[in-house]
Amino acid sequence: MSELDDLYQEVILDHGRRPRNRRAMPDGSHRCDGYNPLCGDHVLVAVRMDGEAIADVAFEGEGCAICMASASLMTEIVRGHTVPEFDQAFDAVRALVRGEPGSQEMGKLAVFGGVAAFPMRVKCATLAWHTAKAALHGATEATTE
Amino acid sequence: MNDAIRAQFPALSATVHGRPLVWLDSAATAHKPMAVLDAMNVAAATSYANVHRGVHELAVRATAAYEGARADVARFLGDVDVRDVVFTRGTTESLNLVARAWGDRHLRAGSRVLVGQMEHHSAIVPWQEAAKRAGAELVAIPFTADAVYDLERYAQLLEGGAAVVVVAHASNAFGTVHPVAKMAAMAHSVGAKVVVDGAQGAVHGPPRVAELGADFYALSGHKLYGPTGIGVLWARPDAWEETPPFLHGGEMIRSVRFSGTTYADRPARYEAGTPPILEAIGLGAAIRWLEGVGWNAIVAHETGLTAYLLDALDTVPGLTWIGRGAPRVPLASFVLDGIHPHDVGSVLDREGIAVRTGHHCAQPAMEAMGRVATTRASLGVTSVPGDVDALVAGLAVVRRRLG
Repeated sequence: MSELDDLYQEVILDHGRRPRNRRAMPDGSHRCDGYNPLCGDHVLVAVRMDGEAIADVAFEGEGCAICMASASLMTEIVRGHTVPEFDQAFDAVRALVRGEPGSQEMGKLAVFGGVAAFPMRVKCATLAWHTAKAALHGATEATTE
Repeated sequence: MNDAIRAQFPALSATVHGRPLVWLDSAATAHKPMAVLDAMNVAAATSYANVHRGVHELAVRATAAYEGARADVARFLGDVDVRDVVFTRGTTESLNLVARAWGDRHLRAGSRVLVGQMEHHSAIVPWQEAAKRAGAELVAIPFTADAVYDLERYAQLLEGGAAVVVVAHASNAFGTVHPVAKMAAMAHSVGAKVVVDGAQGAVHGPPRVAELGADFYALSGHKLYGPTGIGVLWARPDAWEETPPFLHGGEMIRSVRFSGTTYADRPARYEAGTPPILEAIGLGAAIRWLEGVGWNAIVAHETGLTAYLLDALDTVPGLTWIGRGAPRVPLASFVLDGIHPHDVGSVLDREGIAVRTGHHCAQPAMEAMGRVATTRASLGVTSVPGDVDALVAGLAVVRRRLG
């Protein structure tokens, strides 16, 4: 497969075209605006906690296929997990898209491995993750810087 | 314009991702002809010393070359006085100089600063900060769907008074060449100074800054086929007279005592510290190289190729190029239905095609146009019809892959 085939895998194109959980969440317990200064993309991530667990995550915003797919898959994957578990997933995703060795089983998120060949696109893949992490840790604004 | 010109640009024979490079990003920065690279190398090897200091032979040669470059710039700007040409690091520094030095001296609480809504961040933000420091008001000059400034609204804004009007010679985001002479005359009728960002407008023909009505005119060397790290600020003598020094240090003084310092005459007054000597020499060489090619030929080439580009883009299904104002510099800003510019850019890159994607450092312009980002293809003296054909073919690949 070419590097472009790796980048734009069918799962990514599907989530990019039809992002899941792209909706407003007025009753969220945490929310954060995330900015990618490189391209001007902006996502708003909202989270609702149920005790220790992430009960629901949603996002709003527009961006490239990588950014939208990353946000979409993130909202699906982290539901039901605790904040420390989220932080672990965050580190694993970041290592994956930077092409750094990781020890964790990536599951569905492995589709983002192709990003590593496109250094200028790493921030597209991490914007929603940065924003969700900042939301979970009480910040209201995040960037990929 | 032909292979003989392209052959003088070693960077253009690069291969990227196994494909010949198609350079459609001249508006971000232009590649440099051998004439520029050679001039800098020769100067470094034979004529390099600090300028205006020392009595030795290399200092004499370096000073002559540096001041020769200033004369090249003065001729390029329309035979202006060399004393009114100040070297900076680039357009951004030039615009900051005006906002800091002139702005901080002359803006008052309640002053109005009119800045075009289509402008580059480096034309907006220095004045936003200067306005904040002075308690002045920053006002946006709106533009129409064709990316043309709305002169009726502009006239109404001027009726409220203005200390300064900031506008580009040409838009980096959409390519429109603005009616600067008319806007400047209107600004002058209410006593406003006119600051012109020439980063894009200066590189497609000598700008003749005095006829343009600018009080301050800024440009960058690296978009004019010269090196990075060198730019120009030109101002009318009366505008310079109202502008205190920006940076303080060596070179810009007449006499320093702890009881007080007096400053050198311009241009040295605004060139504190060791300037970018080799870069200035490179810029001078770029101007002479362009004059050697001939500006009439360059303008004719770029005008023809721009029409070819826009016609070609009109044949691409689902493509909208934005900002249809004329006249224009040779660039097109466009969107493809349903495909984000970053994805367009990554696929084109794998085809060897370099375009700019994003907000082009003009977020207010994008927002007013109802866009977050566009893809921008820009042309220059080295561009050929084949570059446009490659772009159209590349966009078909984008559509097949992501459409």
